[in-house]
Amino acid sequence: MPDITFRGQTYTALPAESVLDALTRHGVSVPCSCRNGVCQTCTMKAEKGAPPAAAQEGLRDNLKQAGYFLACMCKPQADMTVALPTEVIEPRISAQVSEKSELRPNILRLRLRAQAPFLFRGGQFINLYHPDGSVRSYSIASASLGESSIELHVRIILGGKVSGWLAADVHVGDSVTLGGPHGDCYYQCSTLDQPLLLIGTGTGLAPLLAVIKDALLQGHRGPIHLFHGGRTAADLYLIKEMRALAQANANLSYTPCVVENTAQDAGYALGSPADVALATYKDLKGVRVHLCGNPDMVRSCKRKAFLAGAALKEIHTDPFEAAGGAVKPQAADAAAPQALQIPDRSAAAKAPQAAAQPAY
Amino acid sequence: MGAIPAGQSLYERLGGEAAVNAAVDIFYRKVLADDRINYFFEGVDMDKQAAKQKAFLTFAFGGPNQYSGKDMRVGHRHLVQKLGLSDVHFDAVVENLAAVLTELGVSGDMIQEVAAIAETVRNDVLDR
Repeated sequence: MPDITFRGQTYTALPAESVLDALTRHGVSVPCSCRNGVCQTCTMKAEKGAPPAAAQEGLRDNLKQAGYFLACMCKPQADMTVALPTEVIEPRISAQVSEKSELRPNILRLRLRAQAPFLFRGGQFINLYHPDGSVRSYSIASASLGESSIELHVRIILGGKVSGWLAADVHVGDSVTLGGPHGDCYYQCSTLDQPLLLIGTGTGLAPLLAVIKDALLQGHRGPIHLFHGGRTAADLYLIKEMRALAQANANLSYTPCVVENTAQDAGYALGSPADVALATYKDLKGVRVHLCGNPDMVRSCKRKAFLAGAALKEIHTDPFEAAGGAVKPQAADAAAPQALQIPDRSAAAKAPQAAAQPAY
Repeated sequence: MGAIPAGQSLYERLGGEAAVNAAVDIFYRKVLADDRINYFFEGVDMDKQAAKQKAFLTFAFGGPNQYSGKDMRVGHRHLVQKLGLSDVHFDAVVENLAAVLTELGVSGDMIQEVAAIAETVRNDVLDR
């Protein structure tokens, strides 16, 4: 009979007993509701031992790959060590800074070389640890394969703990600590012909750039359209490079968007990238959508994209939550102050010892 | 459902889990587009909500789901107390559910059966 280890204690499961039932029978309380593999309330992570496929039915692909499963549906075939998503300790590795440059004033490009094997998908995010334990999340702009470093775009915040430290005190050759990767905002089209709609603000360009690179590397044939926005043209970056990339690839379109077109430049669409994109594409049935950056934009655009016909499981988001807003529960965002283009995410700042909550 | 021969239950006749999967996005989209009820869903995590919608559809289709009356009460109580969740809203949800099934080509008789199952949780949902 398989053993289940949870919070350092080991419990024996009866034959054909689920992880949830075994833990409950031993008096261990874990969150659950429907007990039939539908509501996902009892999602847990396997830290050792593979969960059966039936226990991962309905979860997003990145969660399946990371070993998440539904405790009510998991009848272990062998011993397992399991954890609640909120109690997962993320492994950390060392990485050396191999490049530090300016993408535009106040946005750094960092390239890091991992000092240990570090598998990621471009567009996922990592947690970067300040020596005092503070942590911020940054998205990976590198392609999944073929790049020897991990590229990050870091917006430097006035008084920002981690970004300020990266800007002032971290130099090429220094070591930093990172954990992860997390998130499901990576290239994962069902076919090479699926249309891809990419919408981002500020350094939300980083994960979208990774998605574009991976799509092109894999020979994606369907149309790819990137809408990248900021308040003015000065908030955008890599404009020339993105235009050249779109020029070189017939199926890639690039629309830089600005809310205030101070320069009266015809090269920019007027409005937020979400508004411009959704006005351009009114029917999103069959379209895969990636939304990155300002959390208010990401949330409202997710809803609009879904209502426009995109399947919920084909909308991938990477909201850049403000580090200062970490204590604020996600549901209570209605009254959140307008914080345009804040690059740090709260998920990890909320619990520095634990992994950021996976994408749910 | 053990006593009912396989293939005979409402859930089986509707098409089982595949039918639920086909219905869930359409149902959630209708609910979000319905101004009578969409404000109950403001600010919620859409992925978690979709999982709950799926659990509800599985239940209403007569499928395997151990909803307890207590879950229903606890899960909706704040909506009853703070936002005035009431019969008109419950009716609107059932109406959307029927519209989804019509759209998927389900017969009127089976839609009646689904509506009857949904009806069994009305008093729990409305906490009375």
